[in-house]
Amino acid sequence: MDTFLQQLVNGLTAGSVYAVVALGYTMVYGIIQLINFAHGEVVMIGAMVAFTIINLLVPSGLPPLAIVLIGAGCAVPICMLVGYGMERLAYRPLRHAPRLAPLITAIGVSIILQHLAMLVWSRNVLAFPQIIQSHTYFIGGAAITTVQIAILAICVTLMAGLALLVYRTPLGTAMRATAQNAQVAGLMGIDINRVIAVTFVIGAALGAIAGVLFGTYYGIAQYTMGSVLGLKAFSAAVLGGIGNIPGAMLGGVLLGLVEALGAGYIGDFTDLCAWGVPLQACEGGGHFILMGSNYQDVFAFIVLILVLVFRPQGLLGERVGDRA
Amino acid sequence: MKNTPIGISVIAAAVAAAFVAGCGPSSGGGEVKIGHVGPLTGGIAHLGKDNENGARLAVEEANAAKLKIDGKEVKFVFVGEDDQADPKVGATVAQKMVDAKVVGVVGHLNSGTSIPASPIYSQAGIPVISGSATNPKLTEQGFKTQFRVVGRDDQQGPAIASYLATNNKPKVVAVIDDATAYGEGIANEVEKTLKAAKITVLPREKGTDKTTDWKAVLTKLRGRNPDAVFYGGMDATGGPLMKQGRELGIKAVFAFGDGACTDDMAKLAGQAAEGLLCSQAGLPVEAADKKFLANYKKRFNADPILYSPFTYDAANVLIAAMQKANSTDPKKYLPEVASIDFAGVTGKIGFDGKGDRKDAEMTIFTMKGGKVVPVAVIKGGKTMPWAEFAKK
Repeated sequence: MDTFLQQLVNGLTAGSVYAVVALGYTMVYGIIQLINFAHGEVVMIGAMVAFTIINLLVPSGLPPLAIVLIGAGCAVPICMLVGYGMERLAYRPLRHAPRLAPLITAIGVSIILQHLAMLVWSRNVLAFPQIIQSHTYFIGGAAITTVQIAILAICVTLMAGLALLVYRTPLGTAMRATAQNAQVAGLMGIDINRVIAVTFVIGAALGAIAGVLFGTYYGIAQYTMGSVLGLKAFSAAVLGGIGNIPGAMLGGVLLGLVEALGAGYIGDFTDLCAWGVPLQACEGGGHFILMGSNYQDVFAFIVLILVLVFRPQGLLGERVGDRA
Repeated sequence: MKNTPIGISVIAAAVAAAFVAGCGPSSGGGEVKIGHVGPLTGGIAHLGKDNENGARLAVEEANAAKLKIDGKEVKFVFVGEDDQADPKVGATVAQKMVDAKVVGVVGHLNSGTSIPASPIYSQAGIPVISGSATNPKLTEQGFKTQFRVVGRDDQQGPAIASYLATNNKPKVVAVIDDATAYGEGIANEVEKTLKAAKITVLPREKGTDKTTDWKAVLTKLRGRNPDAVFYGGMDATGGPLMKQGRELGIKAVFAFGDGACTDDMAKLAGQAAEGLLCSQAGLPVEAADKKFLANYKKRFNADPILYSPFTYDAANVLIAAMQKANSTDPKKYLPEVASIDFAGVTGKIGFDGKGDRKDAEMTIFTMKGGKVVPVAVIKGGKTMPWAEFAKK
């Protein structure tokens, strides 16, 4: 039971980070039907910028929390700039091009950003300075650290804030109008270029924070970290129904849970000896495990395939004909 | 471009000199070339330079001693080449060494470059001794010209496992690997040794060499209460593993192979890294002969970093074999290398049938105050506390 509870805690923490990243995918898709594959790189840049700033500030003797906040405070505007830049330079000129063109461009942008980051921050795995003294609490046998609590709290706040923005403000109304029909929204006096740019910028800001959270949680950052994280978040967005904001949140958390439980239990379920298969390896309480926890990353993509086959519109998405 | 004519003439002179030297007699007396290959550019260039310095010092000392072989005084010429730690370049440079008619080679630094280079030296019949390549495959290829004065990865697994078994006396040990050839290999050796010591080993858990989230695996292991956790993998994944293990409240001893036996572990895992155990093939630099350390410092104005005592010994083994055979012809002195009994700065050197060093030392380290410090040396199955070993 302890183990199960702990896997839930692990899954929730990872899942809430996925959810925040997934929001960036889903918002952009909702508004211009573009899968922005470069979003994972924005997350990576967020983590890298925070890494640099935190490293610079460690000798200053400021309180650790202040250092991390300043790091995040620098990462957010820089990622916003990156988000705005890629929309303005790479996607806007292609807004009326066939669907495939911006998609390929997105992959190109992703490669460019990744390699720029490699030039700036090297190929090495960078160790985030471990300055925050993380305390571990035990709740019903499950360990939860202060960092994990902070991640959960921050992610919930971000998601609530975004929901407020989208459903309760004039800007949100404009975003939803643009998402429904950009042309008509434009005729109604909405500056759709501005609305789209703002969507990218908000998504990038969320990504930056997710990057900083990821970095402080796992303690490492590398220029390649964005690709797998991005793909997982994309799977989460599809799971929830791409284009649907509550869907991305739900999808992210669910994906985190599926991954944690999957990786935690797949070894036991694929142990042929536990199934009673008579093998030489099983003698004397041995084990013959077909798939171990190194298949953790596979779960995200199994989920993606299952969703695409059985419920292409995602959990909360509506069938929207051939829009996609 | 005022200097061009001079530059060209210098190069021409050098080429001519090399040509003359290349055609010179290679058996007995005269100029004898000893090569060294290691990465002198790229991420581990500092280690390559350290290795090269070790071999260079040995050659220079041999020249200063005015050794006589076959009645004539020999002058050793040191040829250093850069293989960029790249397997393809490693093979190219090996060919270059052969073409330059070196009589023996010290190197290469990496297993990855040594393995593709070894058939080239073998074909030319040139003895090659590595001071730092630890992959078992290097000497398993069966080349009679390949030797190494450093231990093998598959001697390291048993070393760390037996240290763990005798010092920490765990009842249950969890073994994790990163599904690479290195990680799986060393984890298998550890598991074998632990089982032989009648210690329960939990079913193997796996990650990848890119895993960052170990919580699912560690949570599962926590439920089974191991007294120790061994991880076969590199520091980039081992650091997060140990940090997350402590966050989950796992109190077990964490042990690693040389891939995660670096000071970087303290950066990657923070405070959590304190007290880890890990092993390295060979000895820490400070264990080498004091006279060597002083001479190195005097000649290069820097302290040896890692494997230079081993490359120094490797070069000296080549020279000692030539003296014993009374010839600098690789064909004639090669059998003397194979049967050498040499007192080097890293201890007694002799080779087994494969070209591996007999009784190679392994060193066990622990993390103390953000640095890995030696705690014990294991040689020939015997463990000796570091303080005792260092006194000798």
